[in-house]
Amino acid sequence: MQNANLYPKGTATMADEDEIILSELSDDELVLQMHDDLYDGLKEEIEEGVNILIERGWTPYDVLTKALVAGMTIVGADFRDGILFVPEVLLAANAMKAGMAILKPLLVETGAPRMGKMVIGTVKGDIHDIGKNLVAMMMEGAGFEVLDLGINNSVEKYIEALEAEKPDILGMSALLTTTMPYMKVVIDTMKEKGLRDDYIVLVGGAPLNEEFGRAIGADAYCRDAAVAVETAKQFVARKHNQISA
Amino acid sequence: MALGPATLDDETLTEQGLALTAQDMASGRVLLIACGALAHEIVALKRMNGWDHLDLQCLPANLHLWPDRIPAAVAAAVTQHRANYDRLFIVYADCGTGGLLQEKCNELGVEMIEGPHCYSFFEGNAAFAALAETEFTAFYLTDFLVRQFDAFVWRPMGLDRHPELRDMYFGHYTKLVYQAQTDDPALDAKAQDCAARLGLAYERRVTGYGDLAPALARVAGA
Repeated sequence: MQNANLYPKGTATMADEDEIILSELSDDELVLQMHDDLYDGLKEEIEEGVNILIERGWTPYDVLTKALVAGMTIVGADFRDGILFVPEVLLAANAMKAGMAILKPLLVETGAPRMGKMVIGTVKGDIHDIGKNLVAMMMEGAGFEVLDLGINNSVEKYIEALEAEKPDILGMSALLTTTMPYMKVVIDTMKEKGLRDDYIVLVGGAPLNEEFGRAIGADAYCRDAAVAVETAKQFVARKHNQISA
Repeated sequence: MALGPATLDDETLTEQGLALTAQDMASGRVLLIACGALAHEIVALKRMNGWDHLDLQCLPANLHLWPDRIPAAVAAAVTQHRANYDRLFIVYADCGTGGLLQEKCNELGVEMIEGPHCYSFFEGNAAFAALAETEFTAFYLTDFLVRQFDAFVWRPMGLDRHPELRDMYFGHYTKLVYQAQTDDPALDAKAQDCAARLGLAYERRVTGYGDLAPALARVAGA
């Protein structure tokens, strides 16, 4: 899928060479332009766009979902389809992160729908966190409260966080073939302690697949951040339905 | 383009691999289907040991940029050549396929080299596993990857265009370990430069061919 674009690339005119003044765009144009700027990883433009929309009276939640999350969803789809690559996704993520940094305190003040809570971390022996950070960011963008344990997490650290935070979801990430089996160690320990059924366990990482997720006893394997968000929403809704039934 | 072993060019090994020559196909009984990143080492071992009955076909080394494509590429090569050989041996480790390559090899009835990746079997799988607890913040390069650092690390990660991303990729790494298959001062210097560009400490470790040598000896002798 290509990005919706106010000023499509490849249609150069004199106007393209003029600087776009974000504050002069209508709300709809500005949101589309922010999708473009996010796609291009333009951090300062995103910060400016966020501030303009807030000044125009937009709720922080609407700015987050309609400008940032919607823009990052386009980035995610193009990454999945092989149109964008990791460096471009990282630049877009940096831009979104900068926008979210402005919105976070405002979201706390104004309130926003809370979808649930997630504890997430990369497993022991593994220092890779790019995918995990993207998932954490998109989960936050979708309204989840996220506690990020960082990298190289032992089973003890996961269990401690679960018991202290009581999240809905545990997310585990691994990039290496050699470290991904550690996810099973964590899940087996949860079973031993009688904790397994209290949490939704989602796993992800480049060498994983659905079969691996099933084999280790996770609830789902999520191949990218967008899938993680959708899967988390489905499982949380199911959990709430079970509780209210 | 078919490239004979006498003219191993790294860029071609990265992009295209190494095709079998007509001469190879007439003489070999065993075919090694390997990653292009291992071509130099396999050719050197063949030469040192006189394993003329082992033919070599390499798939493009840059398949490592898309590990999910490796099982299908290996399967296609197996299907193409298996009728012409008594035995096929796959010189790929798991290489980020999450067990899918092993599964594919099982399905095809062919053997592959053991280990999670070439850093492991060059070090020796047992030795590498023993280091896992203490060395998981190391970034490894082999001879081939030192020579092809820009093609496999710098450019695919976008560091040529966006050097500011470096610490997002490498912020948690502490050192670059150059696993030297050969004694080459020029490669040593280049590897040191790679470490500096990534902002990492540098260590050169002579591994030679590690577990690759006995694995191929077993195939050659079987």
